[in-house]
Amino acid sequence: MLDQSEVAFNELRHLVSERAIKGETMLLNMGPQHPSTHGVLRLLLEMDGEIVVNCFPDIGFLHTGIEKNMEAKTYEKAAVMTDRLDYLNNLGNNLVYCMAIEKLAELDVPPRAQAMRVILTELQRISSHLVWLGTHTLDLAAISVFWYTFRERELILDIFEMVSGQRMMTTYFRPGGLWRDVPVEFEEAVRQFIDIFPQRILEYEAMLSENPIFIERTRNIGILNSKDAVNWGVTGPMLRATGVPHDLRKIDPYMGYEQYEFVVPTHTDGDTYARYLVRMEEMRQSLRIVQQALEKLPYGPVRSNNRKFVPPPRSELSTSMEAVIHHFKLWTDGFDMPEGSVYVAAESPRGVLGVYLESDGSPKPYRVYWRTPSFDNLQVLPTLAKGHLVADLVALMGSTDFVLGDIDR
Amino acid sequence: MEMVQDMNNELGSPVSTLVERFGADVQEFRGQTTLVISPENIFDACQVLRDEFSYDFLEVETAVDYWPQQDPRFHVVYQLYSIEKHLRIGLRVPLSGHSPSLPTLEGLYANANWREREIWDMFGIRFEGHSDPRRILMPHDWQGHPLRKDYPLGYEEVQFSFNAEEIDRNKPYAEE
Repeated sequence: MLDQSEVAFNELRHLVSERAIKGETMLLNMGPQHPSTHGVLRLLLEMDGEIVVNCFPDIGFLHTGIEKNMEAKTYEKAAVMTDRLDYLNNLGNNLVYCMAIEKLAELDVPPRAQAMRVILTELQRISSHLVWLGTHTLDLAAISVFWYTFRERELILDIFEMVSGQRMMTTYFRPGGLWRDVPVEFEEAVRQFIDIFPQRILEYEAMLSENPIFIERTRNIGILNSKDAVNWGVTGPMLRATGVPHDLRKIDPYMGYEQYEFVVPTHTDGDTYARYLVRMEEMRQSLRIVQQALEKLPYGPVRSNNRKFVPPPRSELSTSMEAVIHHFKLWTDGFDMPEGSVYVAAESPRGVLGVYLESDGSPKPYRVYWRTPSFDNLQVLPTLAKGHLVADLVALMGSTDFVLGDIDR
Repeated sequence: MEMVQDMNNELGSPVSTLVERFGADVQEFRGQTTLVISPENIFDACQVLRDEFSYDFLEVETAVDYWPQQDPRFHVVYQLYSIEKHLRIGLRVPLSGHSPSLPTLEGLYANANWREREIWDMFGIRFEGHSDPRRILMPHDWQGHPLRKDYPLGYEEVQFSFNAEEIDRNKPYAEE
C-alpha cells in the first residue's frame, strides 16, 4: 500500500526536473484549501528556495459532471445548471446556452429581450470584474479595496434579484427571450448605478494605479506575449493585455452589440499590471454599453412568439385550447429540437465562452460541451510562473481571474 | 446574412484544399462548415490549416459518443479559429469503439494538452504521443469514463429479478 504523497509523486515523475528526483529542489503543495487559489485548485510547486522552478496545476476538485447531467435533462431544465458553471458570470452562461439553442432551433429573440440581455450581461461583467479586483488586491494584502468593490457589486446583485428573484443563480434568460419582463423599478435602479459608478472606479484607481507597492507587486510579473497567448488558447482580458484586440462583441456581434459604441481596451505589456489596466477600462466600457442600451431600450414582447419552443402566456390558457396543448406539451415533454450540431461563442468576463450543442432530435441535448475560458487561461499558468517567487505566483493567479467552477464544470 | 456569405467565400480555399489533399467530407449546417477527416490525416490537416491558412487558435477539442453504434462509436470534434481573419472551421474525426486512439495535436496547439487529457478522462480515447496522459478532472484511480453513453448517471441501477442478469452483464461499466 503506497502512501498518498508517494502516489502523487510517482504520477508526476515524468514532469518534474532531474533535480527534484535527486532532492535538490523541494516539492511543495499549495492548495486545495489555500485562500489565494480562488476556489479549490491544487498547485504542486517545485521550488528552488523561494523561486518556482515548475508548477503543476491539479484541477477537478469542483467537477460536478454538469455536461453529463445536462444530457439527462430537457433543454429548459438543463438551463438551470448553466448558472452553476462560472458562478461569477451566471447570466453570461445563460446567454450563451440560450444562443446555442436559438441557433440550432432558428428561434427569434425580440429586440427588447436582446437589449435587456446586453444590459444584464454587461452589469454581470462589471460585477465579475469587481470580484476579481477585490480578491486580487486582497491577495496582495490590500484589504480595503475588497470592501469597496463588494459594496458596488451588491448594488448589481440587487438588480439581478429584482429581475429574477435570485442574486446569483438567475436562470433569467430562456430560449427565445427572457423569463419575464423586468419590473418598473429596474430602469431607475440601473440609472442610479450608472450615476454613481464612474466615481467609484476613480476611487479604486486612486487607491491602486499609482500605488508604489501595487506597481512593485504587479509590473513585469508573469509577462505573456501574444504568440504564446494564442498558442495556449488564452482569451479575454489576458489576451487583450498582450495587444491582441480580440473581443467577440466587436468581431462577431451577437444580441445587437453592433448598435453600441464601445472600445476594446488593449495593452502591449502583457504583465499583471497590464491586465489590471485592461480590466479597469473594460468596466468603463461596459458601463457605456449599459447606458446606451438603456437609452435605446425598445418596448415590446420579451419572448419569442414561437409556440413550439416558448410556452404561451398564462392569460391565453383560459381561452385557447391550442395554448393549453402547447403549455402541457412544453412543461411535460419539453420541445423537440431539430437534429444537428452547432457551436456558439460569446465574450464572457474571462474570455471566449462557447457551447457546442449536439441534438439527436429528442427533447434532451445529446451532448453539451462547454468551452470555458478559465480552462485555457489556467493552463498557461505554469509557463508564466516559472522563475517567479511564490508571492508573485499569488499575484499571477489573481490576475488570471479563473473561476474553478468554470474550469472543472 | 451577408456575413455568412463572406465567410463561405473566405472559407472556400481551406475547404477545397482539405478536400483535395485529405479527401475530407464537407458538411454545412446553420451557416457553419464542418469537415469530416479520417484519424490518420487529422494532424496533417491541422498543420495545413495552421500554417497555410492561419488557423492558429484551437478553440474546441472534445468528443461525442454514439453508443451503442460501434463503427464509428466516437466523433472527436475540433473548432479551429483564425485570430487574424476571424474565421472558424469545424473538424470531425470518426473513431471506432475498439481501443480508440488519435494522434495528439500538442505539437501544433499547446492548449491541446489539457483538452486531450480531458477527452481521455471523459471518453477513454487515447492520444498517441501525448506528453502527459493522465486523468485531469476525475481522481487518478477512477474506473470508467463518465461521459460515455453507457456510463450511468451517478447511481447504480436497482436490480430486480427480471433485469438482474442484464445489469450484471453491463458491469463493470464502460471498461476500456
